[in-house]
Amino acid sequence: MKVRYLSAVLALGLFAGPSQAARFTVTIQNLTQGIYFTPLLVAAHDSATHLFQPGTAASASLQAMAEGGDLSGLSTDLATAGAVTETNPAGGLLAPGGAATTATLDTGSSANGYLSITGMMLPTNDGFVGLDAWPIPTTPGTYTVDLNAWDAGTEANNELINSANGGAPGTPGIPAAPGGDAGSNGTGVTTTETNGTVHIHRGVLGDTNPAGGVSDLDSRVHRWLNPVARVTVVVQ
Amino acid sequence: MKVKRDQRRWWIPAGLLAGSVLLAGCNHGSDSTPATMKRMFKVEVTNLTANQPLSPIAAVLHRSGYHAWQEGNAATVGLERLAESGDGADLLSEAQSDSAFLSKEAGSGVIPPGQSGSIQMEAAASDPRLSLVTMLVNTNDAFAGLDAVDLSSLAPGEQLTVSAIAHDAGTEPNSETAATVPGPAGGGEGFNADRSGDVDFIAVHRGVVTRDDGLANSALDQSHRFDNPVARVVITRLQ
Repeated sequence: MKVRYLSAVLALGLFAGPSQAARFTVTIQNLTQGIYFTPLLVAAHDSATHLFQPGTAASASLQAMAEGGDLSGLSTDLATAGAVTETNPAGGLLAPGGAATTATLDTGSSANGYLSITGMMLPTNDGFVGLDAWPIPTTPGTYTVDLNAWDAGTEANNELINSANGGAPGTPGIPAAPGGDAGSNGTGVTTTETNGTVHIHRGVLGDTNPAGGVSDLDSRVHRWLNPVARVTVVVQ
Repeated sequence: MKVKRDQRRWWIPAGLLAGSVLLAGCNHGSDSTPATMKRMFKVEVTNLTANQPLSPIAAVLHRSGYHAWQEGNAATVGLERLAESGDGADLLSEAQSDSAFLSKEAGSGVIPPGQSGSIQMEAAASDPRLSLVTMLVNTNDAFAGLDAVDLSSLAPGEQLTVSAIAHDAGTEPNSETAATVPGPAGGGEGFNADRSGDVDFIAVHRGVVTRDDGLANSALDQSHRFDNPVARVVITRLQ
């Protein structure tokens, strides 16, 4: 949880019990200059549910999201858990600098007092923007949380575009560079993933050779520093 | 060809900027200060980077409604000038014309890596916010700062500590060439009104590549890289 980045200074101390009802909207802003987010998954769920957990191996559902932007597995998992969800508030990719807001989510009388968000970062192998089980305040107000880039730990970050199969779980490669600014014919940055658990993404290497080099990514365009997204939650 | 408006003088009194990441470090106590009484603040900025001098702080006290920048939006000319040259005068002028403006202050000098600089500010208002901006001068258009930090609950003697992250103004391509980096690593051009070739919106900075990491024409070396946060700001209410 990113309490360290909580910028709603006035919110300190106002977190109430996570099982209390809340009606709220969630706005996600892409803070990067050159990274796209695939359709986002926004979910209010109970205390036992996690879409991902740092230091824990990714589920198959998370892997599918992180490698190919596929939300079907995570959506099924959340439905089973009785979560309140909204998929794809941006109506497609969320471009650099862009923002998207959900409809009003209502946790009613349920125990869905925790907010999680995921979306794949393009172009990356298995990078994603994520929020893990953030306690939703019940006191009306505006709350801000900054999100980091995570690595699902499920695919070697070879940084090679593979538009045919790169989005399939277990198949190396980046499915797309929506900005149309990636190269080709790179030799590959690495063939191994040293950390098989979800961890903070180390960023991409890239290079300045669009027709070769080790990476199909551009070191001048596709790098980032955290945070990569800002979440603003307005509790009614 | 670019219109060369301005200067290599990134060190002129200007603003400082920072990231908008807020780190609350105080207890908001009760405060019964009358709205008409002046509140005085000391603002101390510590440069946390390895080799990115920070241009003189440009700081504004204001009410709710003013923003020196907003991610995803285009930079004002004042912010562009600060982020490209370190000169915060235009940014402060823009702030002064905002209806939410209370007061402004410019730092007295560059804040070198590992060092701190401070200013004092005051305003007769019960709901002051602090925004400040500074340039990472060994870059094309990187800045850090605070965006409307609410000081209304800060009681006399209390402190608030906030971390600042690096942003990219989006107004100048990050070529990293000596001709375009105004700080000591380049000695190149500062402000240039031309925004072509860049995204023209404000984002979190992606960091510098440097010649040590394969950008052949970069004037920067590995020492100029940075990560967030890049500055720490301690705000103390003096009275």
